[in-house]
Amino acid sequence: MASTEALTVAKKQSKLSYQIKKNKACYIMLAPYFILFFLFTVLPVLASIALSFTYFNMLEFPTFNGWNNYIKLFLEDDIFLVSLKNTLIFAVVTGPISYLLCLLFAWIINEFSSKLRTLLTLIFYAPSICGNAYMVWSLILSSDRYGYLNGILIKLGIINEQKLWMQDAKYILPCLIVVQLWLSLGTGFLSFIAGLQTVDKSLYEAAALDGVKNRWQELWYVTLPAMKPQLMFGAVMQITQSFAVADISIQLAGNPSVNYAGATVVTHLLDYGSTRFDMGYASAIATVLFLLMVGTNKLVQKLLGRVGE
Amino acid sequence: MAKTAVKEKPVKVRKKYRFFKPREKKLNRSVAGNGLLFFIMAICGFFMALPLVMIINNCLKPLDEIYQYPPRILVRNPTLENFTDLFTIMNDSWVPFSRYILNTIIITGLGTVGHVILASLAAYPLAKHEFPGKKLLFNMVVLSMMFSWTVTQIPNYMIISWLGINNTYLALILPACAYGMGLYLMKQFMEQLPTSLMESARLDGASEYQVFWKIVMPNVKPAWLTLAIFQFQQMWGNTGSMFLRDEQLKPLQFALQQISAGGTARAGAAAAVTFIIAAVPIIFFLACQSNVLETMTTSGMKD
Repeated sequence: MASTEALTVAKKQSKLSYQIKKNKACYIMLAPYFILFFLFTVLPVLASIALSFTYFNMLEFPTFNGWNNYIKLFLEDDIFLVSLKNTLIFAVVTGPISYLLCLLFAWIINEFSSKLRTLLTLIFYAPSICGNAYMVWSLILSSDRYGYLNGILIKLGIINEQKLWMQDAKYILPCLIVVQLWLSLGTGFLSFIAGLQTVDKSLYEAAALDGVKNRWQELWYVTLPAMKPQLMFGAVMQITQSFAVADISIQLAGNPSVNYAGATVVTHLLDYGSTRFDMGYASAIATVLFLLMVGTNKLVQKLLGRVGE
Repeated sequence: MAKTAVKEKPVKVRKKYRFFKPREKKLNRSVAGNGLLFFIMAICGFFMALPLVMIINNCLKPLDEIYQYPPRILVRNPTLENFTDLFTIMNDSWVPFSRYILNTIIITGLGTVGHVILASLAAYPLAKHEFPGKKLLFNMVVLSMMFSWTVTQIPNYMIISWLGINNTYLALILPACAYGMGLYLMKQFMEQLPTSLMESARLDGASEYQVFWKIVMPNVKPAWLTLAIFQFQQMWGNTGSMFLRDEQLKPLQFALQQISAGGTARAGAAAAVTFIIAAVPIIFFLACQSNVLETMTTSGMKD
């Protein structure tokens, strides 16, 4: 028995080494990127996950802490639960809507003549390229009568006195969601535009012969199935963006925001990581967020598998 | 273009798989639909263009208009004072500004080109070959994008110190070459290419590297131009203050932000800085994006 087992193992090994030899060119092409990737991405991530089981204040050497960080996170830290709730609301609302907006605008832009297309792409990508462009919203949502939104609403007689958009716990989250949606035409949007350029044009001719009547049918039966790889990519980027919302909340509502109404998992993480210098705890938050995104990703990839069916 | 064994056949191949055929006439389009789309784009475009409008107007405002309350978006008496101010400040700088510009060209240039090439090179086998470990490597890249960078910064700093590249350009360039997004983007686009396209080149005796450079890369031009836009933006926005200690090594972004942090009297120069910081990636964007959108037309004509 043992000898046959050894034989199969040996066979497997030789098969593996044969495979590796056969694909030598592949591994050579992979090597430069993946060596750097291991050094600067995989190692730091593994180190962070390890740190999440320690107490680490960035001055002393980390001390082992077991599951304490995680226990504290879920049982004692009320603010974390608030921020988790906010993040989930953010992700559930902005994620799918942003994604559809990216797709919709990329597709509409593709309908225009090629000269207009570059200009339109620039205008719609502008919020993502102009650094902290969302600061324009601090003018719009300013809490005095001179704020544009307050001014317009008062003039129209919809409200009588100015609302404190970014100081009133009731309004913070909805306002942040609007700003986030406005910012959403980023990575996914540009990759969709590039994706639309690579769809095989003969598919459209064939579809027209097969009885596709209008642009909407063409979109569902031809364009979307042909763009599946880009749709997958856009979904992953959308997940990483909508779960990691922090900057706009900190800049517009402050950190901590009133009654933690604008707190998200990442603002909570930044609070512990860069204000309280508790890196072990911050790493635990990051690990939980990571698992949340991985789960969502699994779900979304399954849903996207059904496009165009 | 260099004539090689590969180059002779693709003409035929391209005809078969017209990937970038010019789209002279669109099928199935109604006038009413066009009008509706134009209307939607005009309204949404107005809101999306706000930051551009604000940045351009702000840098033309004289000081009194910058501090005007309530703030106005549009400028009343446009002036170029802010830019002359900014250039005066630049001339007084301890490290000559040309040095900052050189640093930025090196860091942003190598970071962008390096990432696009390394990520594409690694994406090709992941998209088009079967080999042991393929799934594992790819999943690692996708998952890595979901880990918050805030907490990986400290381990990252330790690794860079350990490699002894702290306070050099490499500390910014090497990690930038290994971002996960680029590989994922390139792999997704390469997956769409028909395998027969590569098969026929291989039958003509092309090596894997030749297939990559001569067949794969030209066919996914929109993808790597888009990736270049993302990466350029990322590199350009990097102040490098975490790793670079020597003033002579710091990029333009750092020097410009230093100027705009100069307080009340520098508010005008700060507005000019904001304009320059936004204008550079926009110019790069326009150069790349117009190429993305023209790819089909030009390569189609060569058919």
